[in-house]
Amino acid sequence: MRFTSFLQDKQLTVALTGEIDHHCAKDYISSIASKIEVYTPQTCILDFQEVTFMDSSGIAVVINALRSMTRINGQLFLTGLNKQPMKVFRASGIDKLVEIKEAVS
Amino acid sequence: MKFENYMILEFPSKSANESFARAAVACFAAQLDPTMEELGDIRTAVSEAVTNCIVHAYPNDIGLITLRCRILKDNTLDIVIKDKGIGIPDLEQALKPMFTTGGFERSGMGFTIMESFMTSFSVTSQPGKGTSVHMRRKLQRRK
Ligand SMILES: Nc1ncnc2c1ncn2[C@@H]1O[C@H](COP(=O)(O)OP(=O)(O)OP(=O)(O)O)[C@@H](O)[C@H]1O
Ligand SMILES: [Mg+2]
Repeated sequence: MRFTSFLQDKQLTVALTGEIDHHCAKDYISSIASKIEVYTPQTCILDFQEVTFMDSSGIAVVINALRSMTRINGQLFLTGLNKQPMKVFRASGIDKLVEIKEAVS
Repeated sequence: MKFENYMILEFPSKSANESFARAAVACFAAQLDPTMEELGDIRTAVSEAVTNCIVHAYPNDIGLITLRCRILKDNTLDIVIKDKGIGIPDLEQALKPMFTTGGFERSGMGFTIMESFMTSFSVTSQPGKGTSVHMRRKLQRRK
């Protein structure tokens, strides 16, 4: 797992990278939760531009981030989704729970 | 012979093997000249089935996972992923979207994704004996 994050004007952006599966999802879930807890942002953006593959483990990453943001009355957005992760989100109906901005395709 | 080619893999239920398994199937499928989207669908379905063996079939120990891939005559990839783990007591319930016994790290969408990404999909399971997932994907022939 490798990710970068930055905070600007109460907006936390977390850029995920590589392949998201069960092997690395646990680390993503806890790292994102602690970033949100520390910064209490108004909005959190999960940037998937560098994500080359994702299975249902990625759905749990998003749902847990959504829970953390809901708890502090904030909003979650997804951005930069490539075709394969987008298809997984659509199949699972996550695209109806979380707003997806400017998907790549 | 009803199939053109095949391969069989056996590996322990370690999470590092999730990426290995989907990459191995993608490499094997390459001889069918799949599109990027077809390859993505196949890798996703394999990742789901193998992860289920690792997470659910052998929750407290390491067990064996067998993966068999065949190429059938009509440009179809046939995949069986098998474990000898705890099995599924209520299959009908397990197949429902959002049903999970896995807690906050799981979403209960694995079977739903396998079913929607593949041409055919079926599961057989015996509690205490293990589970077997059988999937097929017919690939478009490209000019
Ligand atoms: N190989 C298996 N051995 C034992 N139980 C299994 C196996 N595969 C699936 N199950 C059971 O079926 C349920 C549904 O599986 P499914 O893959 O749809 O969702 P999940 O694994 O719980 O979550 P997700 O795949 O979204 O991360 C699991 O929670 C588990 O109880
Ligand atoms: Mg699963």
